[in-house]
Amino acid sequence: MSVFLAKRFLTFIATLMGATVLTFMALEILPGDPAAVILGIDAPESAVQALRDKLGLDRPILERYFAWLGDIVSLRFGVSFTYSTPVIELVQARLAITIPLAIMAMLLSAVVAFVLGVYAASRHNKAGDVTVMGISQLGISVPNFWLALLLILLFAVNLRWFSAGGFPGWDNGVWPAFKALLLPAVALATVQGAILARFTRSAVLETMREDYVRTARAKGLTRRATLWRHVLRNAMIPVITIMGLQFANLLAGTIIVEEVFALPGLGRLILQAISNRDVVVVRDVVLMLAAFVVFINFVVDILYAVIDPRLKPHDV
Amino acid sequence: MEGQPSFWRRCLGHRSFVAGGSLTGLLVLTAIVSLFWTPWDPIKQNLRDRFASPSWEHLLGTDQFGRDIFSIIMAGAQNSITVGVVSVSIGMAFGVALGLWASAKRGWVEELIMRASDFMYAFPAILLAIMLVATLGQGAINAIVAIGIFSIPVFARLTRGAANAIWAREFILAARAAGKGKLRITIEHVLPNIVSVLVVQATIQFALAILAEAALSFLGLGAQPPTPSWGRMLDETRSMIFINPWLAVYPGMAIAISVLGLNLLGDGLRDVIDPRLARKR
Repeated sequence: MSVFLAKRFLTFIATLMGATVLTFMALEILPGDPAAVILGIDAPESAVQALRDKLGLDRPILERYFAWLGDIVSLRFGVSFTYSTPVIELVQARLAITIPLAIMAMLLSAVVAFVLGVYAASRHNKAGDVTVMGISQLGISVPNFWLALLLILLFAVNLRWFSAGGFPGWDNGVWPAFKALLLPAVALATVQGAILARFTRSAVLETMREDYVRTARAKGLTRRATLWRHVLRNAMIPVITIMGLQFANLLAGTIIVEEVFALPGLGRLILQAISNRDVVVVRDVVLMLAAFVVFINFVVDILYAVIDPRLKPHDV
Repeated sequence: MEGQPSFWRRCLGHRSFVAGGSLTGLLVLTAIVSLFWTPWDPIKQNLRDRFASPSWEHLLGTDQFGRDIFSIIMAGAQNSITVGVVSVSIGMAFGVALGLWASAKRGWVEELIMRASDFMYAFPAILLAIMLVATLGQGAINAIVAIGIFSIPVFARLTRGAANAIWAREFILAARAAGKGKLRITIEHVLPNIVSVLVVQATIQFALAILAEAALSFLGLGAQPPTPSWGRMLDETRSMIFINPWLAVYPGMAIAISVLGLNLLGDGLRDVIDPRLARKR
């Protein structure tokens, strides 16, 4: 187990390092002088030179990479050019929206997927199964930002149950804030839930064919009891892994859905930074998000091994 | 294959395949027809005829610039097809080559290529696509390239797995005994035997590429005006959702129908090509 943990940890660190190289390089391939790009074409040469000095662009690339890496490791993130605020402060304010939104969407999609997937598997090849799989096929095909627009149309424009966007802040009570995040969470969860439901269904079907399930039935357990006591516990293992892998998509989805609902979260921060050419913010925030995703996958890997003792380390 | 119905007969008997094939055919047909003919000019503005309701003249009405929505949707199919074809080609060209190389060489080459693909898998693809487009500049080509880059590891992994299974077969041993080199065996024996798996994956990646491009265009990072694009149409109509809600409905339906068609086609193809998998699922 400890060898497995050490190996996983090394992969985790290597992936993180890879992420830093990628995000750093993405800025380096910027055509032309980054300082000139940030300031725009009309900027006077003296201002461009000043920014170049400030960003240390005249130093060799490796030196700049390691200097930046040193800053990141000691959690000294950059300073936004447009906001004149440290990136870390910009991020902290917006996490209060993005994190609850992602968690709500994750929980919602897990519940939907669990109910639909188990139901479909229990009605394998019957009308219920075909209907649920049809719905999930549709759910996978719908772009989440379009679904977000449709939800706004129905619940904000026509029924007027929700506001069309914006965020009142957590200070004005939990309920209004929760309500503002509900439609975006539904838009995100539908697509995720549809994908997860298919995995849940096939995982349950797969487990139902195992010998120990037949044994459980043979010793007189009812179908329902077998399902709850033996099938679901084991079927959840691959489903959890997929949930971890899907988390990256979910986080990327929040960027778009936040934009639709005008939620001032991390996604909007990145998009605004892109249009302001605030490269420092783009680079550091993308790296934080990537690190977060890599970390979640690392945790899922470890959980996987802990939950399922049958897995020998070299199989994982 | 005695006693088994022919490939096409099996295809035609498969519901997903027929449904998916029809929808995908509709998409391709629309794109081709729109190259030569659309009811109205999808780009030319006609400000006197803004927000017209659906009629025989304008089947789906007109948008905020008085352009015929049906025509823009038709022309938008070209954009989606282009994105799918180009990005899947990029992904396949590099991914399949890397996968075949890894499988033929084994050892550290395989290890390196597979670890690199694992890394790309773990990294949130659309994030890096957004960043790439943000630095290279917004535009259709950069978006397509960014999407293509992220399907490379998908094809690399798939190819390597499928090719390894072929390399273990006896006819490969026979080919080696006959003195054929690794490159020749790869091209003459391995590649033809994994094409079907690749075609199925290409269909799925095509659908993902359409979704990803729509998302990037919706964020203003993909296709730029006046190129007709479903994702950008949705972005442009967002502020008009209170005036004419239908504007936000049609482009999304076009995206969903295309993606649904390709996904069904992919599922159907997989079942038809490998019936063993179909029974297992």
